[in-house]
Amino acid sequence: MSEMMYWQAIQRAHDEELARDPLVFAMGEDIGVAGGTYKATQGLYAKYGPERIIDTPISENSYTGIGIGASMIGCRPIIEIMSVNFAWLAMDQIINVAAKVHYMSGGRIKAPVVVRMPGGTAHQLGAQHSARMEKVFMGVSGLRVVTPRDPRDAYGLLKSAVRCDDPVVIIEHELMYNMKGEVPDEEYFTPLEGAEVIRPGKDVSLFGYNISVHWALEAAEFLAKHHNIDCEVVDLRALKPLDRAAIKTSVAKTHRAIVVEEDEAPCGVGSEVIAIINEEAFFELDAAPVRIHAADVPIPYNHKLEKAAIPNASQVVHAVLRMLGK
Amino acid sequence: MDAADQKRLLREMLFARRFEERCAEAYHERKIGGFLHLYPGQEACAIGVLEAARPGHDYVITGYRDHVHAIKAGVPAREVMAELYGKETGSSRGRGGSMHIFDPDYNFMGGYALVGGPFPLAAGLAKGIKMKGTDQISICFLGEGANNQGTFHETMNMAKIWNLPVLFVCENNHYGIGTADYRCTAVTDQYKRAAAYSIESSQHDGQDIETVMEAARKAVDHVRSGQGPYFLELLTYRLRGHSMSDSGAYRSKEEVEQWARRDPVLLYKNKLVERGVISEDDYQAMEKSVLDEIENDIIKFAEESPEPRVEDLGKYVLVEGGCK
Repeated sequence: MSEMMYWQAIQRAHDEELARDPLVFAMGEDIGVAGGTYKATQGLYAKYGPERIIDTPISENSYTGIGIGASMIGCRPIIEIMSVNFAWLAMDQIINVAAKVHYMSGGRIKAPVVVRMPGGTAHQLGAQHSARMEKVFMGVSGLRVVTPRDPRDAYGLLKSAVRCDDPVVIIEHELMYNMKGEVPDEEYFTPLEGAEVIRPGKDVSLFGYNISVHWALEAAEFLAKHHNIDCEVVDLRALKPLDRAAIKTSVAKTHRAIVVEEDEAPCGVGSEVIAIINEEAFFELDAAPVRIHAADVPIPYNHKLEKAAIPNASQVVHAVLRMLGK
Repeated sequence: MDAADQKRLLREMLFARRFEERCAEAYHERKIGGFLHLYPGQEACAIGVLEAARPGHDYVITGYRDHVHAIKAGVPAREVMAELYGKETGSSRGRGGSMHIFDPDYNFMGGYALVGGPFPLAAGLAKGIKMKGTDQISICFLGEGANNQGTFHETMNMAKIWNLPVLFVCENNHYGIGTADYRCTAVTDQYKRAAAYSIESSQHDGQDIETVMEAARKAVDHVRSGQGPYFLELLTYRLRGHSMSDSGAYRSKEEVEQWARRDPVLLYKNKLVERGVISEDDYQAMEKSVLDEIENDIIKFAEESPEPRVEDLGKYVLVEGGCK
């Protein structure tokens, strides 16, 4: 095990996959000579050259489409979109082509493309640089969507994604690139399906993903220490396909569920998880499930307003206490 | 080109014409559903360009008016028809339909129903070719209407800066659905727009298959020899409406008649008759054999093929076993 930062883990996964397979290449804005906005490809341009670490023009839809086209004949492109906000521009190629081409060709064409992007709200970046888009991608048939919560997953999910025959969207987080964590020294693959119970508990299930898992964990620690409440924290990790069985199992154990998401509530991760609980674990419930989510506003610039728009651990604590009648 | 090849080419064009006309009949019989965009009038473009390339070896990608491109690329016509019928034996197992013919066995990488969508995919195929170091090229057929999409401009730019082996073939039939090019496009000479990205480009008569083949040979050589992308503009016309639901009423009778006089099939037939390569009787016999093949092989195959099983509805969403 060595400790490394989230961005270093992603860089290592790139490096290993590029070294292993000559048909792997990376492309995106500033990823080459400049080394990547979040350093995810730092040093790789010098090692692999311009044909494999490709600086693109600011043309998200078409460079993503170029990656998809190359993937259709056996290449394994890793597309970086500098911010999820810009992924809106690439939606035509991701959704109309990558997600559908295998189906509409009757299984005859595959598009094993990886599209990585940092999501979430960071520090006062304003409405057009603070989007969260996981709910958009998880609503699309034909895509896989994963969200790494730590360096180990950031490494392991990218490795698995590059080797997967389906198009995989990886949503990282702008605030997490400098997060440190242990990553195994040997090659490691995080499965692209399946949730993980990262803190077992018996009183309430807290479901999160990506950064919201950390808010849930922080709340769980606080509740254990100050209120003697034992929360179970589940990292959904793969948002598409969602691990329905894991959701059901946890609710069957705790009989209470709270979903923590960074996005606005409508049609979001929380809506989906609670619908699954209704369908598969309704009679296990001792309380109505709850969503902790962002305000339904474009993210404002002002620091105080921005903070008020995004959920946090203390909201989770209050929700748990309310749910338990405390 | 010897007499046998000339006859073969004429038969291919005639076959394309009759195939499409038979599709229209099947559509009226409600055997074919959805949208149906037919190709009569433009046969010299797909057939001429691919005759000058290596169909089945080079990658071909196109828009929604895709049947003839697929057939010339090598996709069995009976599988194209079965696809239009929505059958399991169709080239896309009945999941794609008219606008989504695919056949990787012949490197036919698909018809796509979003205008301009294939431009970046074509450049991506070319990028893949470069990565693999083969002598293939990527050939992208699209109409002039697609050139007003951002993907045109973005892709021309990247194809040029990365020197990708891609041939863009613009079948300029002068109408984007029902809107004439001069009403929605600032520069209607499409080759000039590609030239703005320093891409080699040229404009030719798209009704004369020999002109098309000659121009395409130069363009293909340019791309295959590593000199980067090429943009070939072919001036053509669709004799029918945009799709089955379009009568084409926005065009004058005179305009349609003027282009019908330059029908690519008749133009080539007349050339071959003048040259003594075929006689009128030969042509009649050719037509009979084409109709016979379409009816007794292709339509029969489509009619008799099974539909996909409803139990398989969820098949192909993700790749089975493709991800551990």
